[in-house]
Amino acid sequence: MTTILRTEKLRVEYRSRELHQATKVALAGLDLEVGAGEVFGFLGPNGAGKTTTMNVLLGFVPPTSGAAYLFGIDVRQPIARQRIGYLPELTYYYKFLTAEELLRFYAKIFGLPRAETDRRIDQLLKLVELESARKRPIKSYSKGMQQRVGLAQALINNPDLLVLDEPTSGLDPLGRMKVREIIQRLKSEGKTVFFSSHELGEVESVCDRVAIIHQGELKAIGRVQDITGRHASLEKAFLEIIGFQLQPAP
Amino acid sequence: MNNIFAVAGVVLKELYRRKDFYVLFIVTILICLVMASVNIFNDAKIVRYLKEICLLLVWICSLVIAITTTARQIPAERENRTLLPLLAKPLTRPQLILGKFLGCWLACGLALLCFYIFFGALAASREHQWPLLDYFQAAALHWFMLGVVVAMTLLGSLVFAAPSSNNTICFVAVGGILFVGRHLDQVALTLGEPMRSVAYAIFFLIPHLELFDVRDLVIHNWPLISWLYFSLALLYALGYIAVFLTGACLVFRRKAVN
Repeated sequence: MTTILRTEKLRVEYRSRELHQATKVALAGLDLEVGAGEVFGFLGPNGAGKTTTMNVLLGFVPPTSGAAYLFGIDVRQPIARQRIGYLPELTYYYKFLTAEELLRFYAKIFGLPRAETDRRIDQLLKLVELESARKRPIKSYSKGMQQRVGLAQALINNPDLLVLDEPTSGLDPLGRMKVREIIQRLKSEGKTVFFSSHELGEVESVCDRVAIIHQGELKAIGRVQDITGRHASLEKAFLEIIGFQLQPAP
Repeated sequence: MNNIFAVAGVVLKELYRRKDFYVLFIVTILICLVMASVNIFNDAKIVRYLKEICLLLVWICSLVIAITTTARQIPAERENRTLLPLLAKPLTRPQLILGKFLGCWLACGLALLCFYIFFGALAASREHQWPLLDYFQAAALHWFMLGVVVAMTLLGSLVFAAPSSNNTICFVAVGGILFVGRHLDQVALTLGEPMRSVAYAIFFLIPHLELFDVRDLVIHNWPLISWLYFSLALLYALGYIAVFLTGACLVFRRKAVN
C-alpha cells in the first residue's frame, strides 16, 4: 500500500513567552504512517497534540525536530498541499459570500479551469446537500450547513488526502450522520481520510485504523478491532490507554 | 498572480456588500447637496467653497474606508479561522498579503472613482466645465497616497493585536503626517541635540502624504502639475508601498496562524 502521510520522530516544542515558564512539549517523537485509501482516526484527550500534528502536516507550525511528509514531499514545501483538502474545527467562512462564490474562490487558488470548477461546484453542493442554498449568503446558514460548506471547500480540488479536524464538532445528531455518510462515501471512492474526533462511536464506525496519542506521545496504533480487544468498546479501551481509571458504580 | 487576484476579489466583494461605503457616500452627497442649495452672500465664486468642502469630505471618507477596511482583513481571517483552510491550500503567506493589499487598494480606487464622479458632477453643475486632466491628476495622486496608507495599515494589522488599536494608531499617524509632516524639518531647527537628529530622522523616514494632496489644483482651477513631478510622486508612493509590504511579509512569515 502506498504511504500518503508519514511522520518521523516528529517533535514540536512551544516556548513560553513568560519568564521562568518551561518549554511545552506538544509532540514527543511521533511516528505515524497512513496508507492510501485508509480512513484513519486520530484520537486523544484535549491537549494531547492532535491539532499540533495537523498544524505540522499543513505547514502552519514548523517541527522542532523530525520530519513530516505528504505524498513523500516535505510538508514545509507548499506543493505538498496541492493534493490535500483540509477542514478545520469551527470555522466561520466569509459571511458575505454565497457557498458557490466561496467554492469558486478556493477553486481559483488551486488553478482549476472554469469548466472544471463549475462541474466540481455542482457535484460538491449536491454531495453536501446545499444545492438549494447555493446562492444564499453564508451568514444565513445554520451551523450544520456551515460545516457542510466547509467540507465542500475541503473537497474542491478532488484531494487524495482529506484532513478533518473534529468534523462533527458542535453538530446535532442529524448533522453528524450526514458528515459520517460523506466520509463513508469518500472512503468508497478510495480517498484517504485522516481525522481527529472525540466521538469514539463515530470513529469506531468509520475508521479502518486509529492512533491514540496522549501528552504528545503515541500510545496505541492499529485496527479498531485490535485496539478495542478485550474491552467492550473503543471508549473503554481509549480510557484505559490514556491511563484513566474507571470507578466502579456504587 | 492568480492566487493574488483570487484573494483581492474576495476583498472587493466584501467592500461592496458591506454598508460602510454606502453610508459614507450618501452622507457626503447629502452634506454637499445641502451646502450647494444654500446661496451664501450671493457670491458668484461660492462654488470654490463647495468644492473645498466636498473634497475634504472625500479625503476623510477615503481614509476611513482605507484604514478600517484594511485593518480588519488579517485579524478577521484569524478570528473566523478562515486563515487555516486558506493557508492549507497552495497559497503562500506573501501571496495572501499581496492579495489583501491589492484588494483593499482596488476597493479604495473604486470608492474614489464614485466620489470623484460625484464631485465632478457637482462642480460641473455650477462651473459648466469638466477639467478631466485636473481630476485625473488629483484622483491618481489621492489613490496612490491611499496605497501607502493601505500598506502601512496592513503592516500594522500584523503588529498590533486588535484592529481597533491599529485603526487608532493609523489614523493618528496619517493625520500627524498630513498636518505636521511638512513642518518637521523646521521644528528640528529649533531643537537641541539629540532631539534635532531624531526630528530630522523622522522627517526623512516618514512617507510625506501631504505631497499627494493637490486639492487646491481642482478647487482653484490651477494649471496641471508637470507630468514629470506627477510620475515621480507616484514612484515615491510605490517605493513606500514596497517597503511596508516587505515588512508585512517578513512579520507574517514568523507569525503563528492560530
